Amino acid sequence: MSDQRVLTVDNVTGHYGDSHILHGVSMHVNEGEVVTIIGRNGAGKTTLLRAIMGILTKRGGSIVVRGQETIALPPERIARLGIGYVPEERGIYATLDVTENLMLPPRVAAGGMSLDDIYKLFPNLYERRRSPGTRLSGGEQQMLAIARVLRTGAKFLLLDEPTEGLAPVIVQQIGATIELMKRQGMTLILVEQNFRFASRLADRHYVMEHGQIVDVIDRAQVQARMDSIKSYLGI
Amino acid sequence: MSMQALFGQLLVGLINGSFYAMLSLGLAIIFGLLGIVNIAQGAFYMLGGFVTWMLLNYAGIGYFWSLLLVPIIVGLIGAAIEKTLLKKIYNLDHMYGLLLTFGIMMFIQGMFVHFFATAGRPYTVPSALTGGYNLGFMFLPKYRGWVVLASLVLCLVTWYAIEKTSIGRTLRAATENPTLTRAFGVNVPALMTIGFGIGVALAGAAGVLAAPIYPVSPLMGAELIITVFAVVVVGGMGSIMGAIVTSLMLGLLEGLTKVVYPQGSNMVIFVIMLIVLLVRPAGLFGRER
Amino acid sequence: MTHLPDTVTKPTTSNHTLIWYGLGLIALLAAPFLFYPVFLVKLLCFALFACAFNLLLGSCGLLSFGHAAFFGAAGYVAGHAAKEWGLPFELAILCGTASAAVLGFLFGYVSVRRSGLQFAMITLALAQLIYFLAWQLPFTHAEDGLSAIPRGKVLGLFDLDNIMVLYYTTAAIFLFGFIAMHRMTNSTFGQLLRAIRDNEPRAISLGYEVNRYKLMAFVLSATFAGLAGSTKAIALKIAALTDVHWATSGSVILMTLLGGLGTLLGPVVGAGVVQAIEDHLSSLPADFAVFGLFRLPPITAIIGAIFIICILLFRRGIVGEIQHWLDRRSGK
Ligand SMILES: Nc1ncnc2c1ncn2[C@@H]1O[C@H](COP(=O)(O)OP(=O)(O)O)[C@@H](O)[C@H]1O
Ligand SMILES: [Mg+2]
Repeated sequence: MSDQRVLTVDNVTGHYGDSHILHGVSMHVNEGEVVTIIGRNGAGKTTLLRAIMGILTKRGGSIVVRGQETIALPPERIARLGIGYVPEERGIYATLDVTENLMLPPRVAAGGMSLDDIYKLFPNLYERRRSPGTRLSGGEQQMLAIARVLRTGAKFLLLDEPTEGLAPVIVQQIGATIELMKRQGMTLILVEQNFRFASRLADRHYVMEHGQIVDVIDRAQVQARMDSIKSYLGI
Repeated sequence: MSMQALFGQLLVGLINGSFYAMLSLGLAIIFGLLGIVNIAQGAFYMLGGFVTWMLLNYAGIGYFWSLLLVPIIVGLIGAAIEKTLLKKIYNLDHMYGLLLTFGIMMFIQGMFVHFFATAGRPYTVPSALTGGYNLGFMFLPKYRGWVVLASLVLCLVTWYAIEKTSIGRTLRAATENPTLTRAFGVNVPALMTIGFGIGVALAGAAGVLAAPIYPVSPLMGAELIITVFAVVVVGGMGSIMGAIVTSLMLGLLEGLTKVVYPQGSNMVIFVIMLIVLLVRPAGLFGRER
Repeated sequence: MTHLPDTVTKPTTSNHTLIWYGLGLIALLAAPFLFYPVFLVKLLCFALFACAFNLLLGSCGLLSFGHAAFFGAAGYVAGHAAKEWGLPFELAILCGTASAAVLGFLFGYVSVRRSGLQFAMITLALAQLIYFLAWQLPFTHAEDGLSAIPRGKVLGLFDLDNIMVLYYTTAAIFLFGFIAMHRMTNSTFGQLLRAIRDNEPRAISLGYEVNRYKLMAFVLSATFAGLAGSTKAIALKIAALTDVHWATSGSVILMTLLGGLGTLLGPVVGAGVVQAIEDHLSSLPADFAVFGLFRLPPITAIIGAIFIICILLFRRGIVGEIQHWLDRRSGK
């Protein structure tokens, strides 16, 4: 089992300055799984992803990525273990055009998509390839943020609310992209507020509240536990 | 007023302008990456001049080799300073960066005064670049033409490297969003060391070019950096081409002032700064934020 | 981002504070019997100068790299007023101080709108303009400076050439400036400045005309720097280019930093230490060598080294570190 572990998070704490946000989070992800983290706004989901990437500087506990302890590693070393990060704010560079945004992240593993493949997959990005990244629409920016990590060869992706604030058509398109990634055997952590969207894709859901994992729901249990899920999400 | 004198002064202005350009370019790279206004930039310019002089007088290494070696040496010294001193203050208020580099400047300058006193040391123009051309309206000394040409080429190469190459792309990304850039696997701390090295190497290169024109002295960079600050304020932070163009323009203007109103020549750039601040606070090429 | 240490010296009026005030006053009165009075006069002028600088940096977070302009220009004006116009001591000082206020308004008007680092660059560049002016204006006498400025008499009665009269007059001016600035820091105005410093967007959204308050603080700081400069010019009978030079701006920054940024007594302590070092170095024989082995580097290198050490090792400064240590002890 454990050789299939892509990520093991054990009793992780996290702070922003003096405010304590993560209170001992434990979770894991196996090879090829899609796992979601759900929970209300401010629960600490983004903070957890930032802790995994090492860009949350005040963190404790243990985070093992593919057998390597990363709690003391700087972000650039963690990324090079083969992780791709799609941040909540998308992080498109304004001073780089679309192609440059795509080319920026270094390859962290073999087998990434080529620029041509990416433009075939996202034709509208190709049309805007010379525009500064931040001139794109919200949906295009999100596509760009996802496309950007596909080029790096990372097989383990962290996606933070990829559908937030986007029109249904685009949400569908992103859903299709994520399904494609899953079929290709990628491992995903998906932070989502849109549970309908998440439940179609995920093998397992972690529920986060006040900086702790309070429940784990397998795909098979989702129907049976719909009421508690709704109450967790406040809907 | 003779044409000869007018064009002569304009040439001097253009030369000074190209020094401003090289120093402000380095300043902009360093500021973008490290968030530090490197007031020691003038000291690295001085270092460039002095290392050139030392290479010739202690090791017999001539001008053209110096042109290659000195920026590397100065860049390495800068990188060492970044790794040992500047690195310690990145998570503090940006002000401390300015204060620390101020201390570094005073220290470097003071130590050179200690060992070499303040008198200027001459450096002869390399024989390949002695003489000049009579252009009819003026006499153009070969070396002065070379300085303008060489520094323009250096500035343009730097501009091209930043805007059009993959290293430049990474540099711009790290400038805009260092945290995310690290999360993509780019070693931003190393990039900062390299960026600081390149930034001060530009100042060092200016020092080499200056050595045969201005006497090499420990004090040669202190006033220069203040003028460069004014140039940067006039140009506005943020545009590399803007920095280069502003530098050359102000250099020329300074040269022109030397002809029409000599007493005001060292003040004109500061007066322009005052006017620009009143009329267009973001600077000529800056964006209002 | 770590912010600058807080300036707030809590406005307590306990017996404790009164005792400290008393001790300070006694020290001020007794000092000339223990130290060389002319040294003390110079020290008090620089201490006042550093307090003025600290007023701006401590309460507004604005780092001026050009405060020598106010200090030096005021010195020239005061010196000129006393020497050429024959104005009495008080009026000469007033002229100098007023000129610094006007200059402060001009500098402040163009610079306070700009953010921290640009503000520093602009003030440095503007001060350089004053420096070049001082080179060229006829009344500053370029490299010679103004010398043999007559000191005159305080209130037309007490001759300032009497060293004790000079000392106590300077001490009174210092005390006036010190207390005035201290009270300003603790006033509503001072609190407002700190609120702006800590969260400018919030202050703007609350409807404060932030730049106006910053400008007021800038002018006040320049004015007190001018008071210090005028007093120094007349007390030491000289106004020279070094007073407007950027190195003097750097020196006053160092004093404040070394003593303790934003602390009440820090600038005074810092001024004392820097002055003592400078005084000591300049009193050494020209061929002095440490352990007979190597010459000491010039003062600029030493100041640079202190800057570096201070920023890397004890940013709170001498007074700040002591306060921090006391706070931690009493906290336990
Ligand atoms: N940069 C920050 N500094 C301080 N607190 C923050 C910062 N970012 C987020 N927080 C706080 O951390 C908590 C968790 O935030 P976050 O991880 O973004 O939640 P989620 O992604 O689940 O909506 C919230 O209370 C938020 O206010
Ligand atoms: Mg979030």
